[in-house]
Amino acid sequence: MRNPFKSEADAFRLVLVALGYFGLIVIAAAINKWLGLAVFALLTALAVGWIIRARREPPQMTGPIRRSAPGERRILVIANETVGGRMLREEIERRSEGYRTHVLVVSPALNSPLRHWVSDEDQARAAAHERLSHSLARLSDEGIDARGEVGDGEPLQAIEDALRSFGADEIIISTHPEGRSQWLERGVVTGARTRFDVPITHVVVDLEAEREDVLR
Amino acid sequence: MSAHAEAHDAHALHPPEAHRSSRVEPAVLGMLLFIASEIMLFGSFFTAYFFVRVNGNAEWPLPPFELPKFVAGVNTAILVTSSFTIHWALQSIKRGNRAGLQAGLVLTLALGVTFLLTQIREYSRVGFAPHDGAFGTIFYGLTGLHGAHVFVGLTLLTFATIRAFRGHFSVAHHAGVEVPGIYWHFVDVMWIVVYTTVYLL
Repeated sequence: MRNPFKSEADAFRLVLVALGYFGLIVIAAAINKWLGLAVFALLTALAVGWIIRARREPPQMTGPIRRSAPGERRILVIANETVGGRMLREEIERRSEGYRTHVLVVSPALNSPLRHWVSDEDQARAAAHERLSHSLARLSDEGIDARGEVGDGEPLQAIEDALRSFGADEIIISTHPEGRSQWLERGVVTGARTRFDVPITHVVVDLEAEREDVLR
Repeated sequence: MSAHAEAHDAHALHPPEAHRSSRVEPAVLGMLLFIASEIMLFGSFFTAYFFVRVNGNAEWPLPPFELPKFVAGVNTAILVTSSFTIHWALQSIKRGNRAGLQAGLVLTLALGVTFLLTQIREYSRVGFAPHDGAFGTIFYGLTGLHGAHVFVGLTLLTFATIRAFRGHFSVAHHAGVEVPGIYWHFVDVMWIVVYTTVYLL
């Protein structure tokens, strides 16, 4: 459900709704006091029912602000701890082949709920920035031209923000394997597929396995 | 050095970089928060009104006074019309029609001023004063509070109108009209509630 004061058009609609709502109540009350009360109860119940139904409806899909020209590709990568993983780098390389690619890596500033509510996100943003810097350096070493941003702590919101500023032809979401990934547990990938009108690839990065490979 | 320490050092020299989310534009968010506080303010006045009418079982309006329902009804129509004109103004600039924007804003200002002057005129003829018991206090409190909001709205619209005639605003940039427009609609909705509850019911 949209906030009724989110835009002028929404607020104008609210004026019309208020006019209809109170107009009907006044007309009914002018006929009979109890009829006015009944109309008030009925309209209020209808309004509450509509609000509940609107909240259950899936949100409208958000698309990017622009699509790339032919021969170009804009890839949006959302990753947190797995941002430097080999699987992710390989996937980006694979998808970049044959295109002039622009890659934006967004690392959400994950924070504890308490710190989020008290707006104490400096530490979370600094940590995300550090991870991002390492990752961009590694991507650069492998010849991938990527830039990075620290995003909103909520991964889906971070994607939406990036789609509005960067636009993307596809999104790559990188997570830990099932059972170790909080994002998978929270349904971030599924949520992204229903919310965004952009092809989404899910890459599983097993950092522990990669570390063991390096040790061998 | 830890990430936290680095962040602290960086912030010692200047404020942290503002984090902007696309959830809502900062200007609109500011207006939303302001409207939320306004709803609470009006809520406290309505609480007093309903307390007097329901708990106090007071006669409304207090005899022998009469509330000017007809004039207030015409005033309601004026204010509702001004919502249409501000909406028209914004739709016009979204389509690149500057003349429509200017005409819409001037009409909205004129209607708002008419509303306020009519209300002031009614105050002088209504026959009771704010100190005439709870009835007078609540009546003047609620309608006066709303009138003050109309005045604030008119001030915002005046700035928007001056800017519109100076060539500000475009198809892409019209937050200076959109944000006062949201506020104006809020003022309109509040008047519909005030008129219905105080004058009609």
